[in-house]
Amino acid sequence: MTGHEVVLSPAEAAGEIERIVGMLREAVRGVRRKGVVVGISGGIDSSVVAALCARAFGPTRVLGLTMHEDESSDDTRRLARFVIETLGIATLDEPLSMILAAAGCYARRDDAIRMVIPDYGEGWRCKLVLPSVVDTEQLRISSVVARSPDGREVRARLPAEAYLQVVAATSFKQRTRKMLEYYHADRLNSAVAGTPNRLEYELGFFVKNGDGAADVKPIAHLYKTQVYQLAELLGIPPEIRARPPTTDTFSLPQSQEEFYFSLPYQQMDVCLWACDHDVPASEAAVALGLTPAQVERVYRDIAAKRAVARHLHAAPVRL
Amino acid sequence: MQTVITLREFVTKNFYIPPGTALDDTTSFLERGIIDSTGVLELVTFLEGHFGISVADDELVPANFDSLGALAAFIDRKRG
Repeated sequence: MTGHEVVLSPAEAAGEIERIVGMLREAVRGVRRKGVVVGISGGIDSSVVAALCARAFGPTRVLGLTMHEDESSDDTRRLARFVIETLGIATLDEPLSMILAAAGCYARRDDAIRMVIPDYGEGWRCKLVLPSVVDTEQLRISSVVARSPDGREVRARLPAEAYLQVVAATSFKQRTRKMLEYYHADRLNSAVAGTPNRLEYELGFFVKNGDGAADVKPIAHLYKTQVYQLAELLGIPPEIRARPPTTDTFSLPQSQEEFYFSLPYQQMDVCLWACDHDVPASEAAVALGLTPAQVERVYRDIAAKRAVARHLHAAPVRL
Repeated sequence: MQTVITLREFVTKNFYIPPGTALDDTTSFLERGIIDSTGVLELVTFLEGHFGISVADDELVPANFDSLGALAAFIDRKRG
């Protein structure tokens, strides 16, 4: 094992684009739709999906929806616009804050946080964080990190009731975005393209009936490393390719590693490949620059996430 | 002994034990898929409420939480 197993050659990457474009056309035709709606976040995954769809159907048959809310980062707004202008696709802006506020997204989340941080309220910002898999044996139990308007930072472990309510409330964001994507897809006789990459799809980093819902998922078989490779060939601007992946779900900046994955995506890709190819932890550790014990912990974390993802992927149980 | 009985009752009442899984004192909760991360949070709330102990973040490790026996030993140590 070299650690480069997930990297495509230039010819493979170009061929993969053509293969996906062909399959996208078949998939959308198969569900009798004429175009595609994509939620554009300004991140690498939605940018690549939008670019692939533009190649498959032409820019006029791709609608890029921008769906910001009060807690979205400024970068998200600006880069989403940048991608849409670069690709020349149709676009609409659907601000989410009023819908989310009416549904109680922010109030229900804040109520849950006040179970452990009673002062939490107006002007505070928050995120959920997990202990590092690499640096500690600790079980992956989420804590809330909150910052007061005057900059005081508080970290507290959440009891199950509060944790579940924070997650349930913030999931309004992904579900509301998907509701709007389907509104426009139905209106335009289009399909909804989902944007998960392989790490997100296989390890369950999505909300069921939220960003997990779609008619077609064009990059769900690609490692994140490969998504970046395709992005370059598809002409996605360097600023978007250089942006670190974020969740843009909480009001404090949050990396995907502190919220969900065990490692930066480059290492996570390699670890997932190694785990799926039964590479012993001792061998993968050399390629990854980690210790065998650290890789064992990542392997266990992958197995635990896959167990959770089974429910997320499952169709309703028919009795 | 009573600690293990109490824990076994809580775990069997609150978590899904896959059919064919015998829950003995050394059965791994994590390997057998009996308890996930949300389950650990529920377990912590139960331990703190029922046994009157306080669980620190750095005590949330498999050595303390991965089986009935490990949990009982952890509680005994905490209670001195």
